[in-house]
Amino acid sequence: MKTISLATQTVRELNQALHAQAIECTEREWQVLAPKGEHNIACGIDQNIAVDVKGHAGYFCAGMNKKAHVTIHGNVGQGVAENMMSGTVRVKENASQAAGATAHGGLLVIEGNAGARCGISMKGVDIVVKGDVGHMSCFMGQAGNLVVCGDAGDALGDSLYEVHIYVKGKVKSLGADCVEKEMRDEHFQALSDLLNRAGIDEDPGAFKRYGSARELYNFNVDNASAY
Amino acid sequence: MCGIVGLYLKNKALENQLGELFYPMLIAMTNRGPDSAGFAIYGDEVAQGTTKLTLYHRDKAYDWSVLARSVQSDMDCGVEWFRNNKVAVFKVQLSAAKASAYIANKTPDVLILSAGRSIEILKEVGLPEKIAKDFNLSRMKGSHIIGHTRMATESAVTMQGSHPFSTGQDLCLVHNGSLSNHNRLREELKRDGVVFQTDNDSEVAAGYLTSRLQKGDSLNGALDNALKDLDGFFTFAIGTRNGFAVVRDPIACKPAVLVETDDYVAMASEYQALTALPGIENANIWEPEPATIYVWERD
Amino acid sequence: MSEDINVNNSLRESATFDRTAMAEIRRAAETGIYDIRGFGAKRKLPHFDDLLFLGASMSRYPLEGYRESCNTSVVLGTRFAKKPIELDIPITIAGMSFGALSANAKEALGRGASLMGTSTTTGDGGMTPEERGQSNKLVYQYLPSRYGMNPDDLRKADAIEIVLGQGAKPGGGGMLLGQKITDRVAQMRTLPKGVDQRSACRHPDWTGPDDLAIKIQELREITDWQVPIYIKIGASRTYYDVKLAVKAGADVIVVDGMQGGTAATQDVFIEHVGIPTLAAIPQAVQALQEMGMHRKVQLIVSGGIRNGADVAKCMALGADAVAIGTAALVALGCNHPKYDEEFKEIGSAAGFYDDYHEGKDPAGISTQDPELMQRLDPVVGGRKLANYLNVLTLEAQTLARACGKNDVHNLEPEDLVALTVESAAMARVPLAGSGWIPGQMF
Repeated sequence: MKTISLATQTVRELNQALHAQAIECTEREWQVLAPKGEHNIACGIDQNIAVDVKGHAGYFCAGMNKKAHVTIHGNVGQGVAENMMSGTVRVKENASQAAGATAHGGLLVIEGNAGARCGISMKGVDIVVKGDVGHMSCFMGQAGNLVVCGDAGDALGDSLYEVHIYVKGKVKSLGADCVEKEMRDEHFQALSDLLNRAGIDEDPGAFKRYGSARELYNFNVDNASAY
Repeated sequence: MCGIVGLYLKNKALENQLGELFYPMLIAMTNRGPDSAGFAIYGDEVAQGTTKLTLYHRDKAYDWSVLARSVQSDMDCGVEWFRNNKVAVFKVQLSAAKASAYIANKTPDVLILSAGRSIEILKEVGLPEKIAKDFNLSRMKGSHIIGHTRMATESAVTMQGSHPFSTGQDLCLVHNGSLSNHNRLREELKRDGVVFQTDNDSEVAAGYLTSRLQKGDSLNGALDNALKDLDGFFTFAIGTRNGFAVVRDPIACKPAVLVETDDYVAMASEYQALTALPGIENANIWEPEPATIYVWERD
Repeated sequence: MSEDINVNNSLRESATFDRTAMAEIRRAAETGIYDIRGFGAKRKLPHFDDLLFLGASMSRYPLEGYRESCNTSVVLGTRFAKKPIELDIPITIAGMSFGALSANAKEALGRGASLMGTSTTTGDGGMTPEERGQSNKLVYQYLPSRYGMNPDDLRKADAIEIVLGQGAKPGGGGMLLGQKITDRVAQMRTLPKGVDQRSACRHPDWTGPDDLAIKIQELREITDWQVPIYIKIGASRTYYDVKLAVKAGADVIVVDGMQGGTAATQDVFIEHVGIPTLAAIPQAVQALQEMGMHRKVQLIVSGGIRNGADVAKCMALGADAVAIGTAALVALGCNHPKYDEEFKEIGSAAGFYDDYHEGKDPAGISTQDPELMQRLDPVVGGRKLANYLNVLTLEAQTLARACGKNDVHNLEPEDLVALTVESAAMARVPLAGSGWIPGQMF
């Protein structure tokens, strides 16, 4: 177990040490102390290691993560796990805006609430939020799954492509081209699997599914107001 | 673009440390705003009928006593004053309108940064740390304070262009974001009698609020109207004699974090500005919702 | 054209409602949707042709053509990067996507640029292996859509270009219509095959220069501070934008004027938003000079660069380098007269073709059709591009030597005069024969 305190070392030194693990893995378990809301903590990791951030992180924590398992024991700022490719990121408290933005793979779990634009432009990541998500969540989401155990804010799934959205609570309003869809056996199975992987105990039967109506997939004059 | 910070004390026992608690908050926002910085501190309230003004002259050695004597003799009223770097705080036994008009007329090279019973605005071009040290921020006392670090976007980096802006008594505003319809709004507000010193969009927002309050809106009502009439991206922190307010536009792209404990309410553009506050580890931390007005006021 | 049918001068066309305007109104009435096309602004604008060089005379002496050298190399990204990019010529290939262009076209661009010791740039579709393989210096674009973005490609890049906008559509996002979203494009962009791609116009996880500063730090962290970070902006409020780009932490700033091309966007956007390249350059340079950053944060200018005179004039106005897009495609054979019959079959003509979005390009450049694509041989195309880049460089050197400069970067605004009031005001150089620079109040 290697411990780095950001009270005495810089984020640059931390990230350099974490990046070195991609070339030669000398340590599988890392602890980051005194993060104090700093930005870019543990971004760009490319190795199967575990990183525990003991406190609140700032913007872009675990950005572009590959293979690593990053847990933040606190809140995170904007863009946690943005563009993640694989691995896991778990936020024990709340996440700010654009959580999981444009991420291609892996699993992002938020045990508290996520802010606006959760999963914006997501490209294959699985995001599971125990609490609520803010407005414009999954805006232009392309692929992957978004599971919300709490409520969703305004304009959920606006301009959606092929993401599967599951919400247990209330949806304040749906965005352009996002509609409620039928929950079939394969969806119950997929949702159950997602909740298990996230370690969250919820009944899939309590969720509704939302997806793209696919009416904006090709330009049509009658949809002009939606563009 | 910018960094904004605010601290409102619920526990009066902390009033002597207001500046000390606020200093690291302002400095933490340096990267977001290296061009200029400023803050509006509320405290040392004067009695009704007296006005406190913060006045600025670019010459640090300016002789304020001359002005003080002129006010006293020409307007037949009591004047107390003290200097803080390039700013002088004047306490004048006149209405705000009369005091401001006299000073603007008598000494046009003196800038009136604020007027009211409690507010003092101090701001300058330069790094936040320099400004905080020049004005001795960490020794200041008061009930609440809001501050700002500036990265100038479309207007010049000048002292007048710095935040906080005040266009009404005891009222000030700091802004992170960029308005898009401020030029036409400025023209309308000028016709309503609001006076502007800069091309800055944030000054227009301050002028708008002042105008609404003068028309009889409550603070909540004025901010409600602001959400309708102002276009663009904004997080505002507003200071009033008795408290402070925070509001974000409906799209809410510009950041904001709020923290509340039994002792205080604090606000910042980034969480890292709040990490030195006492009790932060167990504080309630959340982000304000878009298009929602948050107000804390003492009775 | 009006003379042909204007028998006896009895017909008079309206300058306001000319035939082009009428045709567009009819098209709108038929379809109910805005016109989408490729290319940059087509209307006549104040441009580099309105400027002239003051060559050597009694007071200034020229350099000999071959024996006396005129340096063209430039280093980009000296401000913060550990590995700045060194280019042999001050002309780079601008960002154009795989998707908008065929794979062969992208490969040809890489080959040609590498032959001449300069860089190419990826576009709104991600990095292809062909492109990385064929281009010695590759700039990787970081766009609002983030199609195909991943840390491995980020680390393979020689520089990263954060795109806020482009000259053809400052404030607009990318656009690729369904007919060009093939299996390969769809897979790279994580889209269903055949959809009309809608692109975001803002970045998803930051808004504003204060948050951009943090995003730049993140990209530097991920790449261990090795490579330069560029910021690309469409020319609009250039003076403020350049200052903010410096404050946000850019190593290099790319300013793209309204003549800059696109593969597809609304015609109204192209023609009515953004300012001419000529008007943007002095604003950018002034902003850099006021911050003491001219030559320290390098400036790349693009939008309508066609020949070595354009290149030299950009240098004279203060740019460190230029980028070409449309011109590079023309060098590869875009709009070639030999395909005129085929252009006519698809409703256009050689020299007029701008329907890149339809993906039917007979020249095989702006298409994903496998048969059409074969018409462009990447090796032959690469050679042609290299030839063209060579001519641009030689022409620029010729003009620089004529002005007595041993480095194209020593050209200055004082070497230029203008032919019109507009170009004098925009370029901030005097009207030829007078000392007058109109509009000097900035």
